[in-house]
Amino acid sequence: MKNKILGFRRENGRVGVRNHVVILPLDDLSNAACEAVGNNVKGALALPHAYGRLQFGEDLELYFRTLIGAGSNPNVAAVVVIGIEPQWTNRIVEGIAKTGKPVTGFAIEQNGDFNTICSASRKAMEYVQWASEIQRTECDISEIWVSTKCGESDTTSGIATNPTVGNAYDKLYEKGSTLLFGETTEVTGGEHLIKERCINDEVRKQFQFFFDRYAKLVDEKKTSDLSDSQPTKGNIEGGLTTIEEKALGNIQKIGRKAPVVGCLDKAETPTGPGLWFMDSSSAAAEMVTLCAAAGFVVHFFPTGQGNIIGNPILPVVKLCANPRTLRTMSEHFDVDVSGLVRREMDLDQAGDSLLNMMERTANGRLTAAEVLGHREFIITKLYESA
Amino acid sequence: MSIDFLVHEKGDGVGVVVVEGLKAGQEITGWIMKEDQTIKTKIVSDIPIGHKLALQDFNAGDTVYKYSTDIGKVVAPIKKGEHLHVHNVKTKRW
Repeated sequence: MKNKILGFRRENGRVGVRNHVVILPLDDLSNAACEAVGNNVKGALALPHAYGRLQFGEDLELYFRTLIGAGSNPNVAAVVVIGIEPQWTNRIVEGIAKTGKPVTGFAIEQNGDFNTICSASRKAMEYVQWASEIQRTECDISEIWVSTKCGESDTTSGIATNPTVGNAYDKLYEKGSTLLFGETTEVTGGEHLIKERCINDEVRKQFQFFFDRYAKLVDEKKTSDLSDSQPTKGNIEGGLTTIEEKALGNIQKIGRKAPVVGCLDKAETPTGPGLWFMDSSSAAAEMVTLCAAAGFVVHFFPTGQGNIIGNPILPVVKLCANPRTLRTMSEHFDVDVSGLVRREMDLDQAGDSLLNMMERTANGRLTAAEVLGHREFIITKLYESA
Repeated sequence: MSIDFLVHEKGDGVGVVVVEGLKAGQEITGWIMKEDQTIKTKIVSDIPIGHKLALQDFNAGDTVYKYSTDIGKVVAPIKKGEHLHVHNVKTKRW
């Protein structure tokens, strides 16, 4: 593994590997204006989403944390925020402005879509031209925050791709990197193994709190043993039989060396290096969006049956070891570790090939999901709006 | 030697098929990854890639171990070499 990559150093010192100018809707009503600006200004990236009206309480806080976090992500150079009204729009603007990056808000009421799109497009053009002159500079590999989540897993995930991520995580941990995993329901059956990895009793208690909170939700809402949802139909087609089996494969992603140094609520940002657990759904697009909001800049995504997810601001590096999946949908994968199931490759070599792809991605190589236009920006919503 | 199935650890009750097109009656070769040992067994069902074969006989109520850890309970008897999946094994959770 090389020690240096070429990244974008932001005003707050964090390092990004992409240089997006984001057009961020405060709410569902403002998607049309944001998409119009994204269309007017080449190089600007609109992030339409479904929510933002009449949310309240904990769900509203998570919503603001997610949008402010996405705008604050170091892969984003500058942000234009558009909302139906100015007050919540400004709350997003002020949150992102704490990073020091350029951000401006526009409100539609008393302007209409046309005037808003016109003013916002002029600002977006200014930002895109400014951002296009920012140069990549040499940064330490440990400054690249890496998150992971697997999807459409099968038995090859636990055998090959997840241990490959684990091997890479072990090596990044030794470099002093900031690393993340989550998927709370998907450690069910292996939660004792996570608890053993927590660095002290306080962190163990935090983990138990998040695990129990999710288990209670499942318990209250379930209509069956979840065998129609978790494992998913794709997991079962791929040979995974129970949640316990899926979880034991899932946990391979955290490797063997790094202790869990802390637990985060959804979309919260780590406060130091090491391996962090973040409470999250196991649905791919929701989890990866939370990773982007927490400030992660490269994502490792192992899959068995071929989950095709991407994210607009967080490059998703996809790895696969299932020979049938690699044969039938090869355009979706960045790293092929099927040599592991044929005994032609060892885990150390597989981990190195993933780290090599991480470096290339950090230096600017577009991932398969980026080239294919996968921009799933999906906000986690906790309950109904008022 | 080419490998047809993998076993995580010695003592696990299941192996995972990693090649396509295995048919009932075939003698197949497996690799126990942790202990680095090769084993042979005969399968009595067709087993798709990624799916599991039983490495021992199971009765209803038995626990299945993979990664030396409990992955669920047997709900219908399973013979050695048979396809082990959602039709004969269920979660103990939820």
